[in-house]
Amino acid sequence: MHRYKFVLTRPVQFLPVLFGISVITFILVRLIPGDPARNILGTRATPTALANIRAQYGLDQPIWLQYFYFLKNLANGEMGKSILYKIDVLPLISTRIEPTLTLVLASVVLSIVIALPMSAIAARNVGRAPDHAVRIVSTFGIGLPPFWLGLMLIILFSVQLGVLPVSGYGSSLGDKLAHLVLPSLTVALSLSTVLTRSLRSAMVEALKSDVATAARARGMPEGIVFWRHVVPNSLVPTINLLAVNIGWLIGGTVVVESVFALPGMGQLLVRAIFSRDYMVVQGVAMTFACATVLVNFIADIVTVAVDPRVKL
Amino acid sequence: MSAGLALPAAPAWRRFAGRRLTLVVGIAILTFFLFLSVAGPLVAPYDPIFQDAAARLQPPSLAHLLGTDNFGRDILSRVIWGAQIDLQIAVIGVLFPFLIGTTVGTIAGFFGGIIDAVFMRLVDIILAFPFLVLMLSIIAILGPGLGSFYIAMALVGWVSYARLIRAQMLVLKGSDYAVAAVSLGFSRTRIMFRHLLPNAIAGSIVFSMSDATLVLLSGAAVSYLGLGVQPPVAEWGVMVAEGQSFITTAWWIALFPGLSIVCLAFGFSMLGDALGELLGVHE
Repeated sequence: MHRYKFVLTRPVQFLPVLFGISVITFILVRLIPGDPARNILGTRATPTALANIRAQYGLDQPIWLQYFYFLKNLANGEMGKSILYKIDVLPLISTRIEPTLTLVLASVVLSIVIALPMSAIAARNVGRAPDHAVRIVSTFGIGLPPFWLGLMLIILFSVQLGVLPVSGYGSSLGDKLAHLVLPSLTVALSLSTVLTRSLRSAMVEALKSDVATAARARGMPEGIVFWRHVVPNSLVPTINLLAVNIGWLIGGTVVVESVFALPGMGQLLVRAIFSRDYMVVQGVAMTFACATVLVNFIADIVTVAVDPRVKL
Repeated sequence: MSAGLALPAAPAWRRFAGRRLTLVVGIAILTFFLFLSVAGPLVAPYDPIFQDAAARLQPPSLAHLLGTDNFGRDILSRVIWGAQIDLQIAVIGVLFPFLIGTTVGTIAGFFGGIIDAVFMRLVDIILAFPFLVLMLSIIAILGPGLGSFYIAMALVGWVSYARLIRAQMLVLKGSDYAVAAVSLGFSRTRIMFRHLLPNAIAGSIVFSMSDATLVLLSGAAVSYLGLGVQPPVAEWGVMVAEGQSFITTAWWIALFPGLSIVCLAFGFSMLGDALGELLGVHE
């Protein structure tokens, strides 16, 4: 099983990145203009009260010691308190993970469902009209602003046809899924344009590969060659493409959650920015960054698992 | 010019146009928006922030081709004035990351060693953050506004350019002409920026076009969220946000500014594709 050795060694390489993430989020909050103690207590605080707060939060300590305390608290799962919601940041974030995670997963599945037939049509007609049509459609799609696309889908499906809820999030499973259809379709339509382009070129390559030629030589019909040999082989690079685009995908969900008033982490982030709830901004940014690192790691494992040729 | 000379020119042009249709379409779209952003005040039929209480929420008509919003402002005029801001977002939002990233990538790739290691770890860390999340966090610190957006963009966006240029530099610094330039005793600055960089930059120029699409969408998204361009300035993202409350009754308020974003983005993508083909760069 030496092919899977990287599962043990790779996390060691993550350490500098995780260290960097913690430094950047630490610096972000330190850069807030004004005195943090005054921000907490307000402008009419007495000097002794300010000094007490500074001592309580360690703000009178040297900066490297403050960073050390920050790490220590982080290790204990303490990310500070939300000013707006009056609770600790970590439990606050954990209640918001579910909608975001479901939205991301549903978007990925939907975007593959959209991109697969599009790229198949393009790859099987390279250089001909369907190929050009798919290329123009996907070039248009790259420029679709997710916040606008979401609104247009609401107009079409919720206002005109009245089949899906406008916004919000349900309580029962079916209700939640109904509320997730339009948001995930919005993200998926944007994501599928990127996927289509790379899937198409992967399929064009795979159509020329020895595997495809050998299958044809055995007398396999072209359709079976395509779906049995070409498609599985071209899906492997797509896993990595999805992992590379995870940051972009998360950015999309942040905007889309605000459009559809989905109570996820993205909406939490945007509201926190407006209410200057810096601890929440810090916590969400860090959680998203760690999720990105984790997703890339998972993608590596999946790639090795599905493709015996890959060695990491 | 004689007819004999003019004849073969036509098929040649048609061949060029056929193969380079994407280039023509891209340039045409961008020129159109550039024209709108320069001549906007002259072309726009109304003042973009004039509120006409008598003409609130009018659907598209001859008087107001794209309708009016809830303040009675003319959507067409606002869309035309918006071209100025959104084109500026795309250009400035690409320019600073391009300059910073190209400089960092050139230096890191050329010198290698500790400088390279430090910069590339920084790139890894910035890339670990979802792009928009890091941008929004920086804007949260700096306060909402277009200036904050540009600063955030410069701080986050340079990494892609640095990576592209660095990879090219690593290859090019071993090339014969680089070695020749060294043996001629040219300074390192001269070799880096006069000899290597011009050969390394094609990929970044092509990428900057698809990046312009991304920057435009981010700028509009940030403004839509209320953290970028502030009302009553006519910016397409802001206009979509303003139209959101009226999507059940007045769909035209949100529809047209969004379509403008799609068109401008399409122009950048087409030009990027065409440049990629012309310069022989594939992303």
